Amino acid sequence: MANSFFGVIVQLSDFLQFMLSGITIGSIYALVAIGFTIIYNCTQIVNFAQGEFVMLGAMVAAILVHGGLMSLPLAIVVAVIVTSLVGCLVGAALLKPLRTGSTITMIIITVGASILIRGAMMLRPDKEPIRVEPFSGERSVNILGAVLDVQSLWVMAATAVLVVLLWLFYKYTMMGRAMRACASCKPGAKIVGINIHKMTLLSFALAASVGAVAGVVVAPISTAQYDMGTMLGLKGFCAAILGGLGNFTGGIVAGLLLGVLESLGAGYISSSYKDAIAFVILLVVLFARPQGIFGGRKAR
Amino acid sequence: MQVRRFAVVMMAVVLLLVFAVGTFAAKPAKSPYVIGAIFDVTGPGSPLGTPERDTALMIETMVNKEGGINGHPLKIVFADNGSEEGRCVMSAKKMIDSDKVKAIIGPSSTGTTLAIAGICDRSRVPLVSCAAGTRITNPVKSYVFKTAQSDVYAIAKVIDYLKSKKLTRIAFLNDSNAFGKSGLEQMNLQSRMAGITLVGVESFGSKDPSMTSQLTRIRGKKPQALVVWGTNPGPAIVVREARQLGLKMPVVMSHGISNKKFLELAGSAANGVVFPSGRVIVANSIPNSDPQKKTLLRYKAIFKKTYGRDADHFGGHAWDACWVVINAMKKVGDDPAKIRAEIERTKHFVGIGGVFNFSPTEHNGLGKNSFVMIQVKNGKWTLIK
Repeated sequence: MANSFFGVIVQLSDFLQFMLSGITIGSIYALVAIGFTIIYNCTQIVNFAQGEFVMLGAMVAAILVHGGLMSLPLAIVVAVIVTSLVGCLVGAALLKPLRTGSTITMIIITVGASILIRGAMMLRPDKEPIRVEPFSGERSVNILGAVLDVQSLWVMAATAVLVVLLWLFYKYTMMGRAMRACASCKPGAKIVGINIHKMTLLSFALAASVGAVAGVVVAPISTAQYDMGTMLGLKGFCAAILGGLGNFTGGIVAGLLLGVLESLGAGYISSSYKDAIAFVILLVVLFARPQGIFGGRKAR
Repeated sequence: MQVRRFAVVMMAVVLLLVFAVGTFAAKPAKSPYVIGAIFDVTGPGSPLGTPERDTALMIETMVNKEGGINGHPLKIVFADNGSEEGRCVMSAKKMIDSDKVKAIIGPSSTGTTLAIAGICDRSRVPLVSCAAGTRITNPVKSYVFKTAQSDVYAIAKVIDYLKSKKLTRIAFLNDSNAFGKSGLEQMNLQSRMAGITLVGVESFGSKDPSMTSQLTRIRGKKPQALVVWGTNPGPAIVVREARQLGLKMPVVMSHGISNKKFLELAGSAANGVVFPSGRVIVANSIPNSDPQKKTLLRYKAIFKKTYGRDADHFGGHAWDACWVVINAMKKVGDDPAKIRAEIERTKHFVGIGGVFNFSPTEHNGLGKNSFVMIQVKNGKWTLIK
C-alpha cells in the first residue's frame, strides 16, 4: 500500500517535471511563432529567417559577454537592438518585390537572408558553442519533487511579458492599429494613408527583436551556437501553422502545446522520436484541419 | 672603340662569373615530395579540422626548415571539404589526378573519410585518415590507414572503469549523430560480455536545447552510473541538468568531450565527470616512464609556440598521420606503392594518439591502452591512475 502510494508520488513528480521542461521549451517555440505571425500579418509571407533572428540574438549577447566587452544586461539590450536592425535590413530587401506582389520572390529572399546570417556567424574562428551564464545564477526551485531551474522561470516570464506588451501595442497604440489595418485589408490601409513600407520594416524589426529575446533567454540553457536557429525556427513554424498562420493566440497556445507534447513524448514514449513528434502532429493537423487548430478566423 | 671592347670584355667576365656562381653555389635542386591534406576545416567538423590543418602546416614548415625529406622539399597541397562528402570526393580526385599527390592525409570525420576511401584504394594512393570510425580500417583496405583511436577501445576502456568501480546497472544517453550511435552500438556489443546491464537507453538531438525529459526518465530507472556519448554542446547540457535534477550518480562520458570547451560549457557541473582520452591533454601529469611523454611535450610546445594556443587531441591525429607518411618517405622515396608497404611495416612509432604498430591486418595500429581515463576535478583534468 505504502509502496504504491510512493509510486504515485514519483510518477506525479515525473509528470510535473515533463510538463515544466515542456512549458520552458514551448515558451521559446511560442516566441518564434509570434515572430512568424507578426511578419505574416503585415506582408502575407513566411519569414524563413525567423529562426536565425533567435540565433543572432543569442550569439551577439554571448560574444559580447564572453569577450568581456560588457555586462550581461547591457549585452542583452545591444543584442536585441542589433538583431532588430538586421531585421530591418531583411525587411528593406523585400520592399521592391512587395510592390510587384511576387510572394515566391519574397520568400526566397528570406531564405537567402537566413543563409547569409548563419554564414556571417560562422566567420568567427572558433565555431564551437558559447556558454552564457544563467541570469540569476545556477539556482533551482523544487516544486512537489520536480525541479525547475531559475533560468526556465526567466524564459516563461520573458514570454509572458512580451505577449502582454505586444497585446497592448496592437490594441492601444496608433502604430499597432495601423499594423492590424495592414493585416486585415491592405488596399484599405493604403487608402487611409498608412505607409505600407514603413509598416513592413516595423514588422521585421519587431519580429527580429522578439526572436532576439527568445535567443537571449534560452542561451543559458542550450548554449549559443551559429546553427541553433534552424531547428528552433522549424519548431516555431510548426507552432505557427498549428495555431493557424496569422493567429497570435493560436501560435502561442500551439507553441506551448508542442513543447509539452514533445517533452511528454520523450518522457513516456521514446526520446529517439522527440523531433518526429512535432512534425507528425503538424502533418496530422494539416490533413485534418488545414487552417490550423485555431484557424478559420481572420487575425484580429 | 676601346671603351666598347672593354665593355664587351667586362660583360663576358660578369656573365662567366654569374654562370660560374650559378653552377657551383646552387646544389642541384631535388624535386619536391607532394602530399595532399584534406580536412573538415569549415562546417560542423571544424573543431576537428582546424587544429588538424594547423598541425599539418606547422609540420610542413618544420620539415622544410630542416632540409626536407632526404633533401627533397616537402609540399603539402591543402583542401577544405566543408565537412561535406561530395566536396571531399572532388578534392581527392583533383589531388590524385592533377596535383599528382603521393599520399593523402585526412579527412577529419568518419563520413568524409569513407567517401574517399574507395577512390584512394583504387587509385593506389595511400590515405591516412584522422577520423575515429572503426569501419574505416575494418575490413582492411590495402591503401587506407588511420591514426585516430577507434571508439571500440574507448567503450572498452569505459567498461573496464565501470567494472573496477563495481557499477553494473548503467543508463546510456547518446547523441543521435553518427558518433553517438556508433558508441551505443559498441556499448550494446561489449556490455553484455562484461556483465553490465543497460537499464535505460535514451538519445538526444545534437541541437536539442534541453534534455530534462530524458534525464527524468533515467532517474526513474535508478541506474548506478550514467554514461553519456556525444560531442559538444550536448554532454555539457546533460551534466548541468542532471546535477540540477539531483542525479548524484557517477557520470562517465566519451572522448568527444576531450577539449577545454566542455569544461567551459559545463562549468562547475563538470566536476567528477570521468572520460577516456588520448594522453595529450594530460601530457604533464603522465609518468616520465611513459614512452609517449617526450613526443607529447614536444608537440605541445611547438604548437603553442607557433599558434599561441594549446594543442589538442584532434591536432594530434594529424601530427601522427603526417609523420607516418614522412617517415615512410624518408625510407623509400615517393613511390605510393612503396610508401603503402612501408607504413604497413611501421612498428613502435611513438605518436600523439599512442604507440603505433601497423601490420597487414591492422591499419590503425593502436590498442585499448592508447586511451587513459581522466577525471575532472575543480575544473581541471586529472589522470586516473
